[in-house]
Amino acid sequence: MSGVPTPPAEKVADRPAEKSWPLWEVFVRGKRGLSHVHAGSLHAPDAAFALRNARDVYTRRQEGVSIWVVLADDITASSPDEKDSFFDPAADKIYRHPTFYDVPDDVEYL
Amino acid sequence: MSTPVNSTNAPSESDEALPGAADNGPSGVSPEAAYLLGLADDAMVCAQRLSEWMTNAPQIEEDMALGNIALDLLGQARALYPYIGSIDGTGRGEDDYAMLRDERDWRNVHLVEQERGDFADEMARLLWFSAYQVELQTALSGSSDDVVAGVAGKALKEVRYHLDHASLWVVRLGDGTEESHRRMQAALQRVLPYLAELFDDDEASVTAAGLGVGVLPSSLHDAVVARVRRVADEASLVLPDNSPWRSRGGRAGIHSRPMGYLLAEMQHIARSHPGATW
Repeated sequence: MSGVPTPPAEKVADRPAEKSWPLWEVFVRGKRGLSHVHAGSLHAPDAAFALRNARDVYTRRQEGVSIWVVLADDITASSPDEKDSFFDPAADKIYRHPTFYDVPDDVEYL
Repeated sequence: MSTPVNSTNAPSESDEALPGAADNGPSGVSPEAAYLLGLADDAMVCAQRLSEWMTNAPQIEEDMALGNIALDLLGQARALYPYIGSIDGTGRGEDDYAMLRDERDWRNVHLVEQERGDFADEMARLLWFSAYQVELQTALSGSSDDVVAGVAGKALKEVRYHLDHASLWVVRLGDGTEESHRRMQAALQRVLPYLAELFDDDEASVTAAGLGVGVLPSSLHDAVVARVRRVADEASLVLPDNSPWRSRGGRAGIHSRPMGYLLAEMQHIARSHPGATW
């Protein structure tokens, strides 16, 4: 194991552009019954490793019982530029909130 | 030259005669303690080597993965050391074993003390060591000693993950590019001389197995090789099986050159500042 020959140093210019591992987004479910929540992102060569890296990076303090990983490139996200037209029209439509009902006292979960 | 010199590097047959010399010596009194010390030292030294990958692995995610594996192994050693201290009659704690023993008092195999090579070397070592540990901890889960069985039960889940991690890498490197295949194959060859030692039935393990506490190392051999062979086959690698030489002596405290350097780095803070806490 020792005595591994070290390859001669090469000039940076001689190297092909370094190919980095793709980026994955990680979603962790904290416990049964909860939804998966975005925890962060990481690099991994493929899905199997993305899952294991996520386990090592995001659940090492018992944060989760389930992990999803998704290629970041596969996520279509809303654009910050469209924020106004996407979300503001909902602001004055309070009738969409279920706040006009009287909830009986003995209904626990609502 | 006729008078033997009392050197820290020479095994002394009269430790008891030297005041203090036996304080941090091996656990020769109890065969069970001597056997467990081998297992604990394997884990401790392997943890130290793996931790050298922090900031040196191919990606920061792999730093984390190898660091986690190192911490698992450190935990296994930490669980065993105080227990060994309680049964060998010395009452030593984990720091006494890890930080205050000299090279000749360590009982780990040579495999785990070898210097960090390239990434393929580390994956070859981790593949073999974790395959061995999966079989070992499975067997020890049925130990007649409740503490040993308990530590093994917890360790088994950890080492299965270590084996999984190493297997994924070996398959990807073996089945990857021409370069990665060549280097993974070379790594399997380089690790070969250090494997036989894992399966040697030394006196302590024979006694511990007889007591039902431990397991005969030779009894693990075939299952371990079968595990590694499955991975090598999937990786289109050839598992070499014919080494011109083999390491020996680790379980008796005879180590190879890298061991002293490893201990110097691992122990120097504890020895330079005795009793320091932080």
